[in-house]
Amino acid sequence: MVHRHVLSVTVRDQPGVLVRIAGLFARRAFNIESLSVAQSEQPGVSRTTFVVTGEDGTIEQVEKQLQKLIDVIKVIDHSDAPSVERELMLIKVAVRSPEDRVEIRQIAQDFRAHIIDVHRDALVFELTGDDGKMNAFIDQMLPFGIVELTRTGRVALSRSSSDPRLRRPIQKVA
Amino acid sequence: MKQYAVKQFAVKKYAVKLQEEAMGQPGKVRMNGAAAVLVALEKQGVDTVFGLPGGAIMPIYDALYDSSIRHILMRHEQAGAHAADAYYRASGRPGVTFATSGPGATNLVTGLATAMMDSSALVAITGNVATPLIGTDAFQEADVYGITLPVTKHNYLVKRVEDIPRVIAEAFHIAGTGRPGPVLVDIPKDVQQAAFEGSFGVEIDLPGYRPTVKGHAGQIRRAAKTIAEAKRPILMVGGGAQSVPDEVAAFAEANGLPVITTLMGLGAYPYGAAQSLGMPGMHGTVTANRAITNCDLIIGAGLRFDDRVTGKLSRFAPNATVVHIDVDPAEISKLVKAHVPVVGDLRDVLPRLAEELAPLVSAERWAPWWAQLNEWKGAYPERYKTDKELVSQEVIEMLRDASKGECIVTTDVGQHQMFAARLFTTNRPRTFITSGGLGTMGFGLPAAIGAAFARPDETVVVVSGDGSIQMNIQELATVYKHQLPIVIAICNNGMLGMVRQWQEMFHAQRYSEVYLADSNPDFAKLAEAYGIEGHNIFDRESARRIVPQALAKRKPVLLNFVVYDSEKVFPMIPAGAGVDEMIIGDQEPDAPVSSEGEPAEVVA
Repeated sequence: MVHRHVLSVTVRDQPGVLVRIAGLFARRAFNIESLSVAQSEQPGVSRTTFVVTGEDGTIEQVEKQLQKLIDVIKVIDHSDAPSVERELMLIKVAVRSPEDRVEIRQIAQDFRAHIIDVHRDALVFELTGDDGKMNAFIDQMLPFGIVELTRTGRVALSRSSSDPRLRRPIQKVA
Repeated sequence: MKQYAVKQFAVKKYAVKLQEEAMGQPGKVRMNGAAAVLVALEKQGVDTVFGLPGGAIMPIYDALYDSSIRHILMRHEQAGAHAADAYYRASGRPGVTFATSGPGATNLVTGLATAMMDSSALVAITGNVATPLIGTDAFQEADVYGITLPVTKHNYLVKRVEDIPRVIAEAFHIAGTGRPGPVLVDIPKDVQQAAFEGSFGVEIDLPGYRPTVKGHAGQIRRAAKTIAEAKRPILMVGGGAQSVPDEVAAFAEANGLPVITTLMGLGAYPYGAAQSLGMPGMHGTVTANRAITNCDLIIGAGLRFDDRVTGKLSRFAPNATVVHIDVDPAEISKLVKAHVPVVGDLRDVLPRLAEELAPLVSAERWAPWWAQLNEWKGAYPERYKTDKELVSQEVIEMLRDASKGECIVTTDVGQHQMFAARLFTTNRPRTFITSGGLGTMGFGLPAAIGAAFARPDETVVVVSGDGSIQMNIQELATVYKHQLPIVIAICNNGMLGMVRQWQEMFHAQRYSEVYLADSNPDFAKLAEAYGIEGHNIFDRESARRIVPQALAKRKPVLLNFVVYDSEKVFPMIPAGAGVDEMIIGDQEPDAPVSSEGEPAEVVA
């Protein structure tokens, strides 16, 4: 079965580590749909989030190969357990008339998008959320004219309820 | 293995001497980065390195001038990598190769890929241009780190001289533990020249690298239970078994299990033993392949179910439950689904599994299965036709008989390789050294050099072809220089024989670009040009006379056997076909070449 997988890969913060990971996908002609890399809670350890679509069996093989990389500490496939996922988008929307401005701002409010830059001919919004929310906002802005946009790609964490590190005995209330 | 203490290299005349006392800091020394590399290698017990110098690695070669490490000057970097690879395969000690930047390092790539595919522990050290020049397209610069990423288990670009002891220690740790593999360490010239001040007492801290050595107790119990329920079991062992032949033999013999050894596993269990069914796969024995098709249980140990072993996956062992024991979890269920996976080192798992099995199994249980297997073994012995000119098979048997099998065999790739795999009856581990995964023509001769240095008491026989041998023929110089006890046997059919066989069988006899005979050199004269005794042999009688003489010499001899040019390797499972679609050919008792089953689609 072909599915979209969100993989969280914690890695040692070393030069070249991203190339090693990307190489495993490239070798199997997998397109990486989105990728984000940043420091994690541990010094020297980065958390990367990949979104890839592929055969489940092949993804499983890629996960095992990822785990074999010396610089990879842990691989989590968020399709296996509940997770929370978000991405961030910055979008520059053209403003052609005062009426447009009012309407754009109204839609943005409904989406809880923040204005982070104001210009006579354009507004820049910041929006966080899941894939669907991003795409819906883009759809709404299309008629006004999108000057440019950028998205971070997804970041993900497992839900606390499925995090083994949090399974502690329940404290009795006094 | 020899123990190397700090004092052993402290007395050497390094250009920059150890200054432990002078510095008043015990454990700390001062030298340049290049000398530090050699000290770090000595600390790993390295005594032999195969390589070739060049501009960017000259500081290391300068330090080598005063080192106790013996350096074998090869004539091509690829050969250096193969020699180091075979050094490991023959001895179990990681091999080391040096090369310079740019073309030197890119020449290593085939050798690294060969070692990677066959899980061979090899540490390659390359010089690179000085750090400020990296990325500027400097003279002899190549992105060696980037180029070698996919063909190494791990690789390093060392940018700080103080990292050298840790990186070298990690390189050997990674290369030699878990599933072995090649590791490359790229060291820019300025890092080699920089002053090193520090200690060689390093702690390896690799949070992402913890190979599972100890098998899971519950899985081992499940495996034992599964095996005990089987009626027609087989034990298949691969390259992972080369380091645990005693455990394999004890496990197989205590339980009366039939043993199949893959190309990489040859010798890990004696090929000639009563319980051995031989090699499986594309050119495996009839018995081994029939056993695979008819068994109800496969215990796969230290192997990866390569496509040359399985043929078409849907037809591979259709009735079998699979117990797969391997140290690499990524191999489990990669191709053949494992019903009972056991991740761990065979050294740990096999004895524990045997212990679990002992109360559950009596070997008599498998008597009917053995009756069937023995019937096949009796009906399909190794056979070939000698009603024509000399054939490669008899050449290989002559070599085997004259050496009594007491030698190391290295091979190149092609028909001769498959003949050797089945006929050079390998009964000892680490004595059949061949490029199984990558199928690298040109491997055999440099591999023989590596094996000869790893095990100086052995005679090494290179079984090669007229195509393969020319891919690293320059190493005759290295063989001559060290007067190594290597017999080079060329099965010269004047063709790229395996390609020719496929063209005959699957490409309507359209022999495209396989003919070599019109421009082959006179191999005997070529050997003589290198100072090596050479013989061109055209007939059985001369072969029978010369082979034992050559093997007795303990010095380099090249034997060029001109053999029948249209011989084919049988049995054969066409690429993409199932194991049960094997073409038995000359192995069929008293029948001409049969073409049972439609030739399957050629997949390559």
